[in-house]
Amino acid sequence: MLLSGAEIIMECLLREGVEVMFGYPGGAILPTYDAMTKYPQIHHVLVRHEQGAGHMADGYARATGKVGVAIATSGPGATNLVTAIATAMMDSSPIVCITGQVPRGSIGTDAFQETDVTGVTLPVTKHNYLVMDVHELPYIIREAFHIARTGRPGPVLIDVPKDVQNEKIEFVYPEGELTLPGYHPPKETDHKDIEAALELIHSSERPIILAGHGILMSGAMQEVRELAERAQIPVALTLLGKGAMPEDHPLVIGMMGMHGEAASNYAIQEADLLIALGMRFDDRVTGNLNTYARKAKKIHIDIDPSEINKNVKVDVGICGDLRAVLTQLLPHVASMSHPEWLNRIRDWQEDSDERDILNQQVDKLLGAQVINDLWKFTGGDAITVTDVGQHQMLEAQYYPHKRPATLITSGGLGTMGFGLPAAIGAKFGRPDEEVWAIVGDGGFQMTLCELATAKQENVDINIAIINNAFLGMVRQWQEFFYEERYQATPMFNPDFVRLAEAYGIPAMRVTSRDQIEESVQFARSVKGPALVEYVVEKEEIVYPMVPAGADLDAMMRRPKPGEGK
Amino acid sequence: MEQQKPKKHILVALVENKPGVLNRVASLFRRRNFNVDSLTVGRTHKPHISRMTITVDSARMDPRRIATNLFKLINVIDVAVVSQEPHVSRDLALVKVRANDAESRNSLTLICERYPARIVDIGPDVAILEIVGQEEQVEEFIEQVKPLGIVEMVRTGVVAMGRGTRILDSAYEPVVPVTSNGNGANYQQYSV
Ligand SMILES: Cc1cc2nc3c(=O)[nH]c(=O)nc-3n(C[C@H](O)[C@H](O)[C@H](O)COP(=O)(O)OP(=O)(O)OC[C@H]3O[C@@H](n4cnc5c(N)ncnc54)[C@H](O)[C@@H]3O)c2cc1C
Ligand SMILES: Cc1ncc(C[n+]2csc(CCOP(=O)(O)OP(=O)(O)O)c2C)c(N)n1
Repeated sequence: MLLSGAEIIMECLLREGVEVMFGYPGGAILPTYDAMTKYPQIHHVLVRHEQGAGHMADGYARATGKVGVAIATSGPGATNLVTAIATAMMDSSPIVCITGQVPRGSIGTDAFQETDVTGVTLPVTKHNYLVMDVHELPYIIREAFHIARTGRPGPVLIDVPKDVQNEKIEFVYPEGELTLPGYHPPKETDHKDIEAALELIHSSERPIILAGHGILMSGAMQEVRELAERAQIPVALTLLGKGAMPEDHPLVIGMMGMHGEAASNYAIQEADLLIALGMRFDDRVTGNLNTYARKAKKIHIDIDPSEINKNVKVDVGICGDLRAVLTQLLPHVASMSHPEWLNRIRDWQEDSDERDILNQQVDKLLGAQVINDLWKFTGGDAITVTDVGQHQMLEAQYYPHKRPATLITSGGLGTMGFGLPAAIGAKFGRPDEEVWAIVGDGGFQMTLCELATAKQENVDINIAIINNAFLGMVRQWQEFFYEERYQATPMFNPDFVRLAEAYGIPAMRVTSRDQIEESVQFARSVKGPALVEYVVEKEEIVYPMVPAGADLDAMMRRPKPGEGK
Repeated sequence: MEQQKPKKHILVALVENKPGVLNRVASLFRRRNFNVDSLTVGRTHKPHISRMTITVDSARMDPRRIATNLFKLINVIDVAVVSQEPHVSRDLALVKVRANDAESRNSLTLICERYPARIVDIGPDVAILEIVGQEEQVEEFIEQVKPLGIVEMVRTGVVAMGRGTRILDSAYEPVVPVTSNGNGANYQQYSV
């Protein structure tokens, strides 16, 4: 079969099982756009900014575990993808980005819309390719998908010069094994390491499991639960680990870290054993490393050898796929109980309950209330996709998740503007699920152009804007650490309801708590995108908070009622 | 006062011989803020595999951090910290020194006799000395010739190899030798 490079790209995407791609056309990628007309099986979603395409591919990937695909033209099209690629890299999300490049002969001449995209994206991709020979194209695409989805997942970029897209060759799809001499799947775990881990587990009196994103990527939810239940080990979650174990499970304490549950942080500091599963000890998780979990021995299981002993020195480091390692470990784990330890944790939790804002009489509408009511009225079962800021942390605190991959959020890069496009991508991946984008008024405005994409594609998502008329999270830092000098954080905002309506998107404004249930019903009744603006208290604070770099248990806490500030 | 010389760690990486691989390695070191003392790249007996030798100051860098990160690069086939096992290491320097009188020529000859060094070029004004030896030896040698007046110098950086039958090699063989000029996959290496 004589095919052009562009057609080969489409053929290969088809064979990778790609059903949707997100992109934006331009000169250098036009041959591939033209080839799309022959491949209607792959739905192309026209975005309004390439960053949106990248986040949509990312949202799709996180929602499905499959590889998300974004496509853009050379130069500005490709550079617009960079933020989204860096976001996917930090959170180990499998996406493949295809970019057009100037023709081979023009590379290096500062040709029109030429950017060294493989150079630019080198530090923010798991791997990237510049295709200089059309014969390589099918192999490269296969490799790219393989690399993106296996091991520790991540973004891969393929830069394809325009003349390579146009060149015609006899197409034979490469079947069989890939030859990647430098790509090492994790090996079988040494039984000595397993024994060392077992010894620590069996001799521990105050163990805690730190459950991370790797559990979801490995599909080890069941194994983790078994380990926790059999040995009666409490479980703290990272932000990206939410959903690794149902949050209504009695052993789950909740999120750890900067805005985590106080009980989780105290438990980590008091524990005599940390069992870190597929999490990377981010600085938002550890606080001051010098005082972090000093009483604890540490076991770390991670697929990426460079994560072990990176931030936290561990006693037993096991490199491998979590599920495989736990499968080796579990048969030897004894039944245990730690009633005293669990009681201590319960005491901390009770103290937190007393401080909880939801248990206090407040006459303003709070972001925390909105999120908790969204949880209530969606049955706690929606896929929520957040932006970055206070609303994101409130989501983590007040929307407990029961199922894996139901919270999609930019953790490592903290990319404002992620929420709306990622929600669109997630809905494409899981069309039968209820998807809510929960965004701040600031971050929403970074990518709100994708409202048009949602409308054009009639994507059935619900958008909740938590409008505090501030860059809330930054305002909070200014309140705490810069003596309330609110430099560049108050926001002029458009009328979000009329804005949505200008896009033909039904919208409603909520200003009091008793409207929240109705707003959820309203959003659900709309077939296609719907938007609800929640006008909330401007100066809400997210507690607890570990100031950046402070000791994990040196949390700023909300005072108990009657205690005053 | 004599300063204690910090110990060096030596890593060896086998990499695919493709354009852009050196860039990936250099970019990794920069991005991760790895302090690398020297980095050399050269061919091996297999045209599709190159070999890098990397030395780092052990007081400042844990070689395992570098090794595990290098290992993650798709084009890096294997990594070993050879300084943790018996090994041979060599550095080569070419040193151009002033040699415009009998006395300096005489000193040069004497210094070279005490080191694995020789005079490889000599003219009325300057001579080029070559030394091949362990890094510390090379450094000592340079200190010795410094008073004579070094006018130009170049060093290759350290190369190293584990002793004995510990072989650092890869069984990986492309089906047809690599010819592509791209930094992408090499389709010839697959059997279609
Ligand atoms: C405003 C803001 C506040 C934040 N506050 C907090 C906070 O309070 N608490 C908090 O937890 N986070 C917080 N974060 C997020 C934080 O920055 C990190 O993104 C998060 O902690 C990372 O979680 P993780 O380590 O589980 O996931 P990742 O960063 O995705 O790491 C996953 C790990 O799992 C490993 N892995 C992947 N696949 C496998 C497999 N198959 N088997 C084994 N291992 C595997 C990877 O190698 C990696 O080490 C905040 C972010 C923002 C933007
Ligand atoms: C692209 C980007 N720019 C800047 C920041 C820094 N930042 C983190 S949170 C935040 C405020 C977010 O405000 P908003 O979207 O209104 O959400 P809120 O905190 O009020 O819920 C800012 C500016 C960021 N995370 N991302």
